[in-house]
Amino acid sequence: MEKLLDVENLWVKFPSRQGVFDAVRGVSFSLGRERLGIVGESGSGKSMTGRAILRLIRSPGIVEADHIKLDGVNLLAKTEKEMRAVRGQRISMVMQDPKFSLNPVTTIGDQIIEAYRLHNKASKADAYAKSIEMLEAVSIRDPERVMRAYPHEMSGGMGQRIMIAMMLIPNPEILIADEPTSALDVSVQRQVLDIMDKLVKERGMGLIFISHDLNLVADFCDRVLIMYAGRIVEVCEADKLHEAKHPYTRGLLNSLPRLDAPRDRLEVLQRDPAWSTAPSVSGQI
Amino acid sequence: MNMLEINGLNVWFGTARDRVDAVKGATFDVAKGQSFGLVGESGSGKSTILRAITGLAPTWSGSIKVAGETVEHKRHKSFFKTVQMVFQDPYASLHPRHSVDQVLGETLHLHGFKDIDNRVVKLLDDVGLGQKFRFRYPHQLSGGQRQRVAIARALAPEPTLLLLDEPTSALDVSVQAEILNLLADLRAEHGLTYLMVSHDLSVVGHMCDRLAVMKDGEIVEIMDVAALQGMQAKHPYSRQLLEASV
Repeated sequence: MEKLLDVENLWVKFPSRQGVFDAVRGVSFSLGRERLGIVGESGSGKSMTGRAILRLIRSPGIVEADHIKLDGVNLLAKTEKEMRAVRGQRISMVMQDPKFSLNPVTTIGDQIIEAYRLHNKASKADAYAKSIEMLEAVSIRDPERVMRAYPHEMSGGMGQRIMIAMMLIPNPEILIADEPTSALDVSVQRQVLDIMDKLVKERGMGLIFISHDLNLVADFCDRVLIMYAGRIVEVCEADKLHEAKHPYTRGLLNSLPRLDAPRDRLEVLQRDPAWSTAPSVSGQI
Repeated sequence: MNMLEINGLNVWFGTARDRVDAVKGATFDVAKGQSFGLVGESGSGKSTILRAITGLAPTWSGSIKVAGETVEHKRHKSFFKTVQMVFQDPYASLHPRHSVDQVLGETLHLHGFKDIDNRVVKLLDDVGLGQKFRFRYPHQLSGGQRQRVAIARALAPEPTLLLLDEPTSALDVSVQAEILNLLADLRAEHGLTYLMVSHDLSVVGHMCDRLAVMKDGEIVEIMDVAALQGMQAKHPYSRQLLEASV
């Protein structure tokens, strides 16, 4: 498979008073035109991996890697100005909480139009029409009203769909979605995923889907990386996730309550210190 | 005997043009010792029912009976000894500048207990935290530990009815399992009655005996968990919800 993105030996470090804290420790993986899931608990470094690709980790945080290649070009060698042409245009990112990623004092319409016109030469009227079309594509009812509204007038689900619309409008090659649906209801979740799925398929995009929800990832992605304490502990095909072998993955799967297999007590994950010291598994194709 | 009886409960916010009817004619009852789940999507009014019971949503009509006694709009002090609530987000529901000891101690003091010191120790043991957490501040605790503190605080006045508003939705699945086990143990030990709100059908399926499915402020179906597990939902909306979550 053609590699859109190739990451080799990625480290994210945060110097602190107690010494250097390694949030991501030597992770390697690559992404083709596929849906790649990254799962793990909070603090496992999955979000940091996503941010590090876009070089969004602020000082004093340090990103180190042998390379992060987008179509063969190393992103780490780019200047900050060149990076700005990558962000949004070629790789875009949907963050976890729409409440913090939308500008609270600007209408939604203005924000989407801004995102579009920053990357495309278009008149305001065209951008408006395109924005309405994108909002419809993420199944928002009454897009004209939403264009005039401010973020606080939107529910969480709508906010997240607006973010997805905004991120997809420049037509990027890679979309990094960091827990895009964890703030949403199951029914809405499905819709949002279907929208992302359709867009990924139609446009041949690569998708990195970061989530803590194992079932969702097993259902939605093609390939899954399982992260624990900053390392990849297991890589598997998404439809074979339930046959995963690593005790950590097994533990996570067993701790989920299931409707079809009721139990009196849920299994509690027993952590083995060896998991965090074992070398990272490569997720390269 | 029914621990909680709710009859024709309406809750609304705002007046005239801006009026939003969050809950419309909700009717259900929860037997003593039972665990009852409320499911539905966000905005369906499930949390609002809990807030109306505790008095956090003051504009309601209909009847709420707790342990056979009708709840008035102005609640008597004894009400809060019977009914307590655990909130969704353990990061927001604890005072950032109060230690665990202060949080529990103040609650016990407000409820007029004398042997506060012993009770704090016991509460911490009950929720599986132990002594070493007693003088910590919320930022020194993980999400699961904070939720344990929030549960300990709710248990402080020795309530019989516990309202759980998405108690695990902010937590990781591995931590969720610990908290759900803890809640199940506490219910067995203290003979508690639970009214639990969740958007996760499998969590409700695990924790509850009966459940009500809500949509747009109305209860569309009340069923047993056995029916849920057997995928025997009758209303089209609950079937849709069930299919989406399997």
